[in-house]
Amino acid sequence: MLKDQDRIFQNLYNDLGSDLTSAQKRGDWVNTKEITEKGRDWIINEIKDSQLRGRGGAGFPTGLKWSFAPKEVGSRPHYLVINGDESEPGTCKDRDILRFEPHKLIEGCLIASYSIQANVCYIYIRGEYFVDGQKLQAAIDEAYEKKLIGKNAAGTGWDLDIYIHYGAGAYICGEETALLESIEGNKGQPRLKPPFPALIGLYGCPTIINNVETIAVVPTILRRGGKWFASLGREKNTGTKIFCISGNVNNPCNVEEEMNIPLKELIEVHAGGVIGGWDNLQAVIPGGSSMPLIPKEKCETLTMDFDSLVAEKSGLGTAGVVVINKDQDIIKCMARIARFYKHESCGQCTPCREGSGWMWRMLERMAKGEASKDEIEMLGDVTKQIEGHTICAFGEGSSWPVQGLLRHFKDEIKKRNNFDPIVKETQNIPYLVDQHLLDKNA
Amino acid sequence: MSLKRPAKDQPVNFEFNSYSLEAANKIISKYPKGKQKSAVMALLYIAQKQNNNWIPLVAMKYIAKLLDMPYIKVYEVATFYSMFNLSPVGKYFIQVCTTTPCMIRGAGKLVEACKEKISENESELLPDKNCSWMEVECLGACVTAPMMQINDDYYEDLDKEKTLEILDKILKDEKPKPGSYRGRINNEPENGRKTLMELKNA
Repeated sequence: MLKDQDRIFQNLYNDLGSDLTSAQKRGDWVNTKEITEKGRDWIINEIKDSQLRGRGGAGFPTGLKWSFAPKEVGSRPHYLVINGDESEPGTCKDRDILRFEPHKLIEGCLIASYSIQANVCYIYIRGEYFVDGQKLQAAIDEAYEKKLIGKNAAGTGWDLDIYIHYGAGAYICGEETALLESIEGNKGQPRLKPPFPALIGLYGCPTIINNVETIAVVPTILRRGGKWFASLGREKNTGTKIFCISGNVNNPCNVEEEMNIPLKELIEVHAGGVIGGWDNLQAVIPGGSSMPLIPKEKCETLTMDFDSLVAEKSGLGTAGVVVINKDQDIIKCMARIARFYKHESCGQCTPCREGSGWMWRMLERMAKGEASKDEIEMLGDVTKQIEGHTICAFGEGSSWPVQGLLRHFKDEIKKRNNFDPIVKETQNIPYLVDQHLLDKNA
Repeated sequence: MSLKRPAKDQPVNFEFNSYSLEAANKIISKYPKGKQKSAVMALLYIAQKQNNNWIPLVAMKYIAKLLDMPYIKVYEVATFYSMFNLSPVGKYFIQVCTTTPCMIRGAGKLVEACKEKISENESELLPDKNCSWMEVECLGACVTAPMMQINDDYYEDLDKEKTLEILDKILKDEKPKPGSYRGRINNEPENGRKTLMELKNA
């Protein structure tokens, strides 16, 4: 288990208080000026050495992303945007950072803004986290008052303004270009890439977008050195990560642990084990709802990091671990996730807008045993038609969990749905129906 | 995608009161000159707060004028985001999360409780009630599932009994205490936490 002194978020459970004085006692804001005096190149190199990968789901190397920002500020200002639109089912880590460790985030914003030469930083928080956003706003006000941000922030000679922008309940705004659209005052529909936001982003200006957790770990990495961070976890999957363990476990919790921790240790030690014992485990969703589930047999030896989960055809995503035990109907669980994606599709690309509804309705019927034999193959086909045919990664996010179900629980579906439509013509199968007619909220 | 329709009965006039206008101007000043359009979501939210938790069409027209943008753009935004209510909801607006992590911990029971106490159908405002409820997608408190949101506050670690208690209080127009209803502190494991032990009693 990770040693307590190596945990970055000492106040994850709010034992110490989130105000500035308590935060300074924990080491925040202590030598921010000295860090920035070492220069932009040093900071970016140190982050590159730490091999920090973005904590928002895709796992893109942070140092590399920062180096994409133009070296000189031209006619257009640079922006830093923090993504706190945490809406992935199974994930609730950013909320704890916003309410209990806001100064780690604000200091990270200053250092990141300095490195990419941004004078304005927008923190995008999902609208539902209004109360937590107010706590962050209080911390920002406190930092302004103590001159840690604003003109000549913390004595670094760099000017920085931080503003909070609230979302309003759209999962898709967690996608970086949809988030930019949302800040600009439009519907949150993703943009085509390229051009990438590092060159043409917010208001057409160079913009770097990072997750809350990514930015919040930056000051600690720079204080303790990239080498220290890289010594945790394993090659290319370094450092610590907040895992959110929810679902059928005895003590669901958030916990900061080393990357590459065995999944079994995470569940047994930190979350108090599966309800009904380890043998009652059915499957685990390792990284938030968009990552394919992993059946019990593989959970025994699985380690939690980006690359080892990709090897299992899944992914670490946001590290929201959802444990599903044998008391649950796995098809129903996935049908509910499909309904989530159907609800959250932004409607821009046809395969995703229509396909997410098809997948949901097929799965609902499969859960009830009303689907025909060949629909199982057809469902797999639909997921393939969505995946890779959309502007943003939502298409993958919505089809991967269904593919995971088909990969590992096909027998279960077949057992329940084994009628042959040619024999039983009485079944009314609504293959292609306008989904609005079926939408109960319509 | 979800479909949202504006209410049939619409008020004729809408204007920000002085408090809302001050808040709106403060928000507009956050964005660069000429980019005041960025404030549209925040302004819709202010309008919603001022107008008993829902946004009438006249408010969208008012905001469009205020921000110098086409009305249809405001309408687009208001219908796209799920947190903007386009028809009246209760003074206490209850949102029950029923996405998978909450579902497998018994969110269905919370829905049952709402059906018993408030109304058979979701998004239905009965004339004798001060609250309405609806099922929503993940609210981002999966570790403390099942949970629901009432106006701005989260009520976590619920079961059917506790939900009924909360709803009783609301029906009596009292504000229940937000947070965990199993007495746990934030997102730490309930019994036997294994990390940050030295800080626990600090």
